[in-house]
This record gives sequence, C-alpha cells and structure tokens, in this order.
Amino acid sequence: MRVGIDVGGTNTDAVLVAGRRAEEVRVVAAVKTPTTSDVTAGVVTAIGALLRDAPAGFHPDEITAVMIGTTHFTNAVVQARDLTPTAVIRLGLPATAALPPLTGWPDRLRTAVGDRVHLCRGGYEYDGSELSSLEPAELRRIAGGLAAAGVRSVAVSSVFAPVNGAMEQEAAEILRAEVPGLRVSCSHEFGRIGLLERENATVLNAALVDLADRLADALTAALAEAGITAPLLLSQNDGTLMDIEHCRRFPAATFASGPTNSMRGAGFLSGVADCAVIDVGGTTTDVGILAGGFPREAPAITDIAGIRTNWRMPDVLSLGIGGGSRVRHFSDGERTTVGPDSVGYRIDTNALVFGGDTLTLTDVAVAAGLARVGTTTALVRRFDDTRARAVLAEVNERIADAVDRMRVSPEPLPVVLVGGGSVVLPDVLPGLPDVRRPAHADVANAIGAAIAKVGGELDRVVRVSDDTRAAVLAEARAEAIARAESAGARPGSVEIVEIDEVPLAYLPGGATRVRVKAVGDLDLDRVPVGVPRA
Amino acid sequence: MREIGFSDVDDIARGAGILGTGGGGDPYLGKLLAEAAITRHGPVTVVTIEEVPPDAVVVPVAMLGAPTVSQEKLPNGTETLTALRALEDATGVAATHVVPIEIGGMNSLIPLALAAETGLPVVDGDAMGRAFPEAQMVLPTLAGIPTSPMAVADDKGNTMVLRTASNLWAERIARAACVATGCSVFTADTMMTGAQLPDGLVAGTITLAQRLGAAVRTARAAHTDPADAVAALVEGVRLATGKVVDVHRATTGGFARGTATIAGTGTELRLSFQNEYLLAERDGDPVATTPDLICVLETDTGEPVTTETMRYGNRVTVLGIPTDPRWTTPAGLRLVGPRYFGYDLDYRPLAQPQEN
Repeated sequence: MRVGIDVGGTNTDAVLVAGRRAEEVRVVAAVKTPTTSDVTAGVVTAIGALLRDAPAGFHPDEITAVMIGTTHFTNAVVQARDLTPTAVIRLGLPATAALPPLTGWPDRLRTAVGDRVHLCRGGYEYDGSELSSLEPAELRRIAGGLAAAGVRSVAVSSVFAPVNGAMEQEAAEILRAEVPGLRVSCSHEFGRIGLLERENATVLNAALVDLADRLADALTAALAEAGITAPLLLSQNDGTLMDIEHCRRFPAATFASGPTNSMRGAGFLSGVADCAVIDVGGTTTDVGILAGGFPREAPAITDIAGIRTNWRMPDVLSLGIGGGSRVRHFSDGERTTVGPDSVGYRIDTNALVFGGDTLTLTDVAVAAGLARVGTTTALVRRFDDTRARAVLAEVNERIADAVDRMRVSPEPLPVVLVGGGSVVLPDVLPGLPDVRRPAHADVANAIGAAIAKVGGELDRVVRVSDDTRAAVLAEARAEAIARAESAGARPGSVEIVEIDEVPLAYLPGGATRVRVKAVGDLDLDRVPVGVPRA
Repeated sequence: MREIGFSDVDDIARGAGILGTGGGGDPYLGKLLAEAAITRHGPVTVVTIEEVPPDAVVVPVAMLGAPTVSQEKLPNGTETLTALRALEDATGVAATHVVPIEIGGMNSLIPLALAAETGLPVVDGDAMGRAFPEAQMVLPTLAGIPTSPMAVADDKGNTMVLRTASNLWAERIARAACVATGCSVFTADTMMTGAQLPDGLVAGTITLAQRLGAAVRTARAAHTDPADAVAALVEGVRLATGKVVDVHRATTGGFARGTATIAGTGTELRLSFQNEYLLAERDGDPVATTPDLICVLETDTGEPVTTETMRYGNRVTVLGIPTDPRWTTPAGLRLVGPRYFGYDLDYRPLAQPQEN
C-alpha cells in the first residue's frame, strides 16, 4: 500500500491506496487535516489520522512508499525566507555580458540569495561547437573567493547547456575540488532553451538546497517515528516523482506540484486520461487540461515570485471563484458579485449554512437547491432561488469559458470536477455536457501524489532533414526513456507521453527544437530508503 | 527633441511587439538591454526627422540572427558599438545619429541601448514601419540608398565590413556570416545623410510605438478595449475578434509557414504567416495582404500574439493597419508584396471596416 500526501496552503490531505499497478489502485483510507506552519508536524498529524482511518488490522509495515506533494519550497521563494546564500557562475564570455545573472530580479529576492554573480569564459554555440574554452584557473580563483565568503551553494549556467552540459559538469567538478562540500546546481539539469530563464530556475534551486536538507531530514525522521520504513518520494511539477535524496539536489522541481497532483488525481479517479479538470477550492478555481494522463504544460515563460523562469509548469488558469467566495449585493438592487475575496478555510464557521454571518457561494448553492451541506437556516431558505440560480449560472458561464479557453480542439471534452468547493457546480456546464464528479474528489491531490510515476525529459536543438528525421527522433526518444529509467522507472514500463518538434526560424540546416518526455512506473525495488542523517 | 528614460522603455517594447506583426523577435531582450544601458548611462535624446541637419550622418543598427539563439547566447554588449565603429573606420565618417532599421520587435530597442551608451541622439523613425524578415526589405532599397558598406560584429570580437553589389547581396552574405559565427550578430549599415531621411525612413515610429504601448496599458487599467485604443492611433481596421479555432504549421523550403483560423461572429478569418502575419482572408476573400500590417492582439489584454505563440483557444483581435504608401508602389510590392513570400495573389488595399 502507498500513502499519498498533499500539503496545501489550507489542508494537508492524506490517502492510503492499495494496488501496485495503476489499474489495480483503490483508495483504502482518506483524511483531511489542517496544514500547520511546521510542515513536518502537519504531515505527522495527517499520517496519524490516516493510520487511525485505515481498516482494522492494518500495520505501517504494509506501506511500500510514501509520496508527498508540498508547496514548502514555493512558499520559501515567495516569502524570501530560509534561502541559502548562493553564487551564480555563468559560462558564456565573451558573449552574454550585457545581461548578467539575476537581471530582472526583484531587489528583495536578489538580496535574499546574496547577489553574487560571476561571468566566466565557456559555453557552446547552437550547434554544439565551443563558444569559448573553459578556463579552470578562473574558476579556481572564484572558488577561493566563495570559500572565503562562506558561500556553500552555487548555480552554474552555460550558454546552450541544453545542447551540451559537459562544460557545466566540468566547472562543477573544479569548484567542488576547491571547496569541499560545495553544493552545485547546473542549468543543464533544468532543461529548456532560454539562458536567463533557465539560469533563474537554477539559482532558485541552489538557494533552496539547505531547506531541502532540513525538510528531507525532518520528514524521514517523522516517518521513522510513525513506524514507516518505506521509501519517501516527492512530487515534481510535471506529475512525476523523485526520491528524497534526489530532492536534496533538486528542490525547485517541486514547484507547482499541487495543481499537477490534483489534475492527475482527477484523471485517475474518473478513469479519463484526456479531459479538462476543474479544481474548486475555497478561494480559487484552477482549470487545467489533462492529456494522456499528464497536465498540459504552460507554453513558455512562467513567473515565480516575480522571477521569469522557463520551468516546466502545468498550464493552469486560475479564477477567483471558490466555495468560500464572498457574495455581495445578493438581495439589493445592484449587480451581484462573487469573489475574488473569500472566507477561505474559515468557511466551516463563517458561511451562513455553517452558522456564520458571511454570505458565500456555498450558501447560494444551498439556496438554489444544488448543494446539500450544513444547515439550511431560515435565512438561506428565504432567499430567492431564482436569483440564486442566476448567480450560479453566471459562475458556471465563467468556469465554462475558462475551460473553453484552455481546450486545444473543438472535439468533445469530458470535464472532471474535484476539490472541496466543487459542490457549488452543477452536473452540466454550458457547452460541456460530459461533467464527472468522481468519488474521493475532495482528496484528488493526495491521490495524484500516490499514483505518480517516474519521468525523463529531453529538450535540445538538433539538425533534422527529411533523410535523418526518423533516426534523430528515435535517438531522442531512446534518450528520454533512458533518463526515466535512470530516475527510477521500472525498465519496460516507460513510454513516451509527449513529443514536440518545432522548426526554428532563421537557423540553417533544418535546426529543430525537439522535446521528448517519457514516464514509467516507479520501480520500488530500486528506490533507496531514506535514512535520517542524525 | 525629447528624452526617453527608463520608464518609457516598457511602453515602447509593448508597442514594438504590436508593430512586429507577429515577428521581429521578442522585444523583452531588447527592453532589458535598453533599460540596462539607460540605467548605466542616462536617458536617450530622440529627435524628429525635421530636427536632423541635412549633413548629419545617420546609421541604422540592428541585431541579425535567429531569435531562439539570441534568447540563449545573450549579447556581449559591445557588438553594436563595435559594428558602428567599424563602419565609421571604413567610411572615414563619424555617425551623428542612430536609428532603428525596423520598429517591429526586438530591433526597435537596440538603437536606444547604443544611443544611451554613446550619447548619440536617436532619430524618431525606422526603415520599415513594421518588421520584415530580410535585410533588403527597407525603404532605402526603394530610394536607391545602398545597405553597403555594412559592418557586422559578433560576440567574439570578429568584425567584418561588407561591400556588396546590391542590398540583396548584403542580406545573403551577412546571413552567411551570421550563421558561421553562431547565428547572432549585430549590424551597422545603410548610412544616410540627414537629407536622405525623408526617403529612407518612416517618420515618428518610436513615438508611435510608445503611444501604442501606453494606449494598451491605459485601456487595460480602465477596462476598455485595448484593440480600439490601438486602432484609433493608426487608422486600424478591425478584421476579426474571436477565438483561434485552428493552427497549422508546416516546414517548407526551410521556412516555418503556417495558417491560423479565427472564428468570429458569423465569419471566419484565416491568417497565413511565415515569420510575420502576411495574409488575412475572410471566408476565402483576401481582406489584408502584406505589406499592410496584420497585427494580432490578445482581446483581453492587448498584448501582441506572435506567430510562434499563436495557439488554439487564444481570444484574439486582428487589426489591419495601412502600411507606408511607398511599400504599395510596384517597386515596393516586388520587394515585400504577397508574391515575394510565395502567395499566389496580388496586393489588395485594406478592406473597409465591416458594418455591424
């Protein structure tokens, strides 16, 4: 059995699922507990509650893996706290000097990471030839300065690292040889073409490594305390997993894993791999598209706390509508408004149907006879249901419009509703006749964590001609599969879920950007069991 | 004469994105470069064509290469100045002004960065009035003003000065040199006297870009229609407002070509694009053709939608904007008309707005 946990802003949800293969998976126990400021304490509470909710006779030894999705690292960046002082070393001279690392960063975050940037020789051209040669003496000199300043984490970027990461690796080795114990994050491990954006993601990662160590140690210890000896894995933003040791090196890979888990969970619970997912929370509604069981990725640039990155992120459209959204001007002559502010997690006490004094969207849904939650007080009963239905119809229109914006073809598209606030939506939305509301929809995110797979990805510029296209693509697919296997996927279970070929303007020789993504089932026999490091 | 400071760059970049007609490269990098130079060296002086003395020496500077490469191999920062100095050495004449070669996309902002660095004023205008993909597609070609001598500088310190037999040869040889040095070079060429500027430039386009960018920003803040604000400034014709219902891309002859279909109220508009939007047909009937500007904006935000980011589901407004009249002469159309881009039809002046 596996445990899936999603640490959200409001709730920490946990599920216990049985079944080793995806088609056999079923939910055995599910709990919702409040998220605490100390993430680990919240996880401990959730696991405790889950074990109590488990069928009689269940023993923690039966747990084969624990998968956790957390917003911990995103929050650290947004709040600019717990960040490790980081130096950025870019290999790119004589090019790139016009826009040094950290260009465009908000001052607060630039200061929080220490504002240390170094430009060095090195890097590649688009075709993989050297832009300039690496100069080890230059790197050793910088390393000396880092050691003297007590800097323990470094981000290394190089021009066209996605085409060839060798120079970054060489630089990392030189730096580590000079400064024992130095943590090095290399940009080629973060994919995408686009130097500033990829470098930014690498710097964020480098600034999170200490926090990752602390979280990994604390979670590992917490599991041991709960009597769980199973491996611990974390959800990444693309819906795949990394083991806890990997997370110490790549904490930034957890960004936006929440929406991803929720969408993957929705796909699993409904049995529909291609659908739109509407996740209605207390304050917002996230709309995303699941294709082949994985969220469609955002097109290019994503913004994290004001920093541009080209990180792989799920393409999510957020609306300021949730179960706790405040509803104003319901009974007076003015136009009724819904949200964007919300009573949030206080809905259980503040909404009228829960004995509170705030009119929320949930109350309107109850008044309209759509939802049956809480107590239908005299006040709610007196509401004009025609008006209530009109307000809900407008909310439905806005959500349906969001789905319509996100869809990629006019083909009929099933819609899956998840999230605690989804009671405010009806079973039919305008233009979307096929709406599904699976069981356990309120803990879809924790289920998404529990069923996550292992992936491998590749993004590079290659030369493609009519003669070589098939061979080039075959090679790219094989490499993505090999990367998934080396990340812990069971050999033989890996399949290509996404392949994208974009011919590049103005480049000669059929230069084409190829992106391939492969995923496979987690090979539990090959996952190292986390050991607390004191 | 006026000054452009740090806070003006954002509007210019947004406006240049609109005038890029879907191509011209992402103005974001140009914006960062211009902002960095203005921060370091102070604001830029902009002069109108009328304010430029007849004996002034005006040099367009630009980036030439592949937008994808420029996102990865950022400039060194000295390339534009190196190219300018190489051109001055070759001609024995010192530049007194710089000017954008094109107002669409990233190249609108490169001269601002150089102007901040050198203290040279920028002439308010450009040599296309939009974005085009090739170096010979400039008004100076029509006016008989040579691109040559053309100075090209890369990030590594390589500099070359080309003396070419025609403006088309300048494009071909510079493009080959660009590829050889890694697909991102900077150029200084098409040296003009102040007296030649009325023939060689579209006047006032930096200011136009800034006003367009500001109009979109203001409309967004006021929750009014950004496309209307744009159209009002440029005699724009609203060709469609609707949803992109089909995007098709194919590679033929080394060029990425494509079409996009926008479903509006009762009609469909089909856009054909290469690097830029080149043709708009409503229910099979051409309603806008290159060299008129076909600009695609996100309906809600007024942000330009490039040919590379165009995708199914986008809510867009398509505007047709009349081009500079010199482009619609027979010689102009030979250079940048539909047939040059491989479409089997003649230029049609912009259709008048539909009655609603």
